[in-house]
Amino acid sequence: MTSEALELTAAEAVRRIETGELSADEYSDAWAQAAGGDELNAFLWRADPEQPPVIAAAGPAADAQLRGVPIAVKDLFCTEDIETTAGSRILEGYRPPYTATAVRRLGEAGALLLGKTNMDEFAMGSSNENSGYGPVLNPWDRGRVPGGSSGGSAAAVAGRLAPCAIGTDTGGSIRQPASLCGIVGLKPTYGAISRFGMVAFASSLDQCGPLTRDVTDAALLLRAMEGHDRRDSTSVGVEGGVELPSREDLAGLRIGVARDFSHHAEGVEPGVAETFERSLRTIEALGATIEEIELPHAEHGISAYYVLAPAEASANLARYDGVRYGLRVNGDRDLITMYERTRARGFGPEVKRRIMLGTYALSSGYYEAYYGSAQKVRTLIAGDFDRAFTACDLIVTPTSPSVAFELGARTADPLAMYLSDYFTVPMSLAGIPAISIPAGLAEPPEGGTPLPVGLQLTAPAFAESRLLDAAYALERSLEPLPAASSQGASATGDPAEGRIPPGAAGSGGGT
Amino acid sequence: MAGELSGILEHVDRISGLDLDGVEPTAHVVALENVLRADDPEPSLPRDRALEQAPDAVDGAFRVPSPQAQ
Repeated sequence: MTSEALELTAAEAVRRIETGELSADEYSDAWAQAAGGDELNAFLWRADPEQPPVIAAAGPAADAQLRGVPIAVKDLFCTEDIETTAGSRILEGYRPPYTATAVRRLGEAGALLLGKTNMDEFAMGSSNENSGYGPVLNPWDRGRVPGGSSGGSAAAVAGRLAPCAIGTDTGGSIRQPASLCGIVGLKPTYGAISRFGMVAFASSLDQCGPLTRDVTDAALLLRAMEGHDRRDSTSVGVEGGVELPSREDLAGLRIGVARDFSHHAEGVEPGVAETFERSLRTIEALGATIEEIELPHAEHGISAYYVLAPAEASANLARYDGVRYGLRVNGDRDLITMYERTRARGFGPEVKRRIMLGTYALSSGYYEAYYGSAQKVRTLIAGDFDRAFTACDLIVTPTSPSVAFELGARTADPLAMYLSDYFTVPMSLAGIPAISIPAGLAEPPEGGTPLPVGLQLTAPAFAESRLLDAAYALERSLEPLPAASSQGASATGDPAEGRIPPGAAGSGGGT
Repeated sequence: MAGELSGILEHVDRISGLDLDGVEPTAHVVALENVLRADDPEPSLPRDRALEQAPDAVDGAFRVPSPQAQ
């Protein structure tokens, strides 16, 4: 019973709980037990299985579409009286006085809080190696990264430690780890879901979204979370709501492929390119036509992003100064020394790097050349998508140029790490929705066990229903992946055991 | 770290090769009009609750070290 329950999608579990075929208590117990066996360092905090916290009073039964479903929540979301670290030592022990709207809405739909997941510090990273609490391991191969920054959420779902999860995506932080872990990851349109209670990284780009086993579950979570929130003036919801996907084919749809922004782009691994080409044939077999489009400025996405996101981050992170919450160092010294020592000890190297980049880009004399220009490039990129969508209904690209890479492979070269988000950053800059779905397995360039490859579909702003429908039709035609836990971990033993710094897994674990 | 930052800025500098004359900057991607609520007082986070997580709180306020070096 236990292992069978873990194989169900959230939607199917809810259905069986409603009909009485599945006991809600046994279902949540099974997941608490699974999460309790976390060997991937995916969780920073787990609920007490005997006493899972009530997120919010569930609404009327008709609205409780997630009744009984335990959810893994990225540790970037504030949860009332439950430690929220954003992956940073500067927030170690911080217990927020309120709960993020996205999490509260899941609670109102009947979901339970399973745990808080590990992440790159303040969501800055593409491998989860920037966490202040040790890296997360990829369940397909524990010697490899799960992607980031929502790596804990992705690894938890792929490793059968959680039925579904939520994360945040600023430049690819949901889609890229979903791709590297072989699951579904959706970044909705900017404004679809409230950002209230989400620890801010780059406010004009940050967006919450689901990481799930399949497309239907992604739609289910989006439907529960979307909507205007008076506490986030930029939240508007998805007009017309979100329908659960039902489309069986792609007949009549025009799917755009940009030559320079697809499998032909520089740096795309051969295995990823081959998998992408196979996906294009599946798309055509489902009745869609492939349209050649142009996205001439998309290649400048990374450059613009690494001005805009650090600039916003440098302002947002000014709040961590040892005064209102979190770490304080040298409180017995003068104020400036306290500020400096607190931030020097509390922030990790990547966060410091981005604060320096951001303050430099915003400084007098450089502002126009960097920040001003990057904002204009953002306009050009958004314009590219607008023009492309006059000739096609959806755009497809690989999600990530590579499959999951080995731990440590890119830590010495920040720019190589940043280029992991080559295909995901432009959509964030344009604010449009995109989803990564598993497209197959491919060997890494150096050979070895095949690893998941993601296919990214992109739609115009607020066209989530079109996006989910197409992803659903494709998901049913692409080859389903085997479970991750039956692949890497058990087959290769546990090569990475001991890589987690001592104490890291337990620092926020347990209850 | 200086070398890393230079490498990143070099990549960023690629955008200086683009013709950006006459292009409007984008600060926010979704066309929105600001919505103001009625200016009615309503309860907010209680002061004690807001101070609970402070490293040093006293008399209903955050306490910080003196700006003067000691």
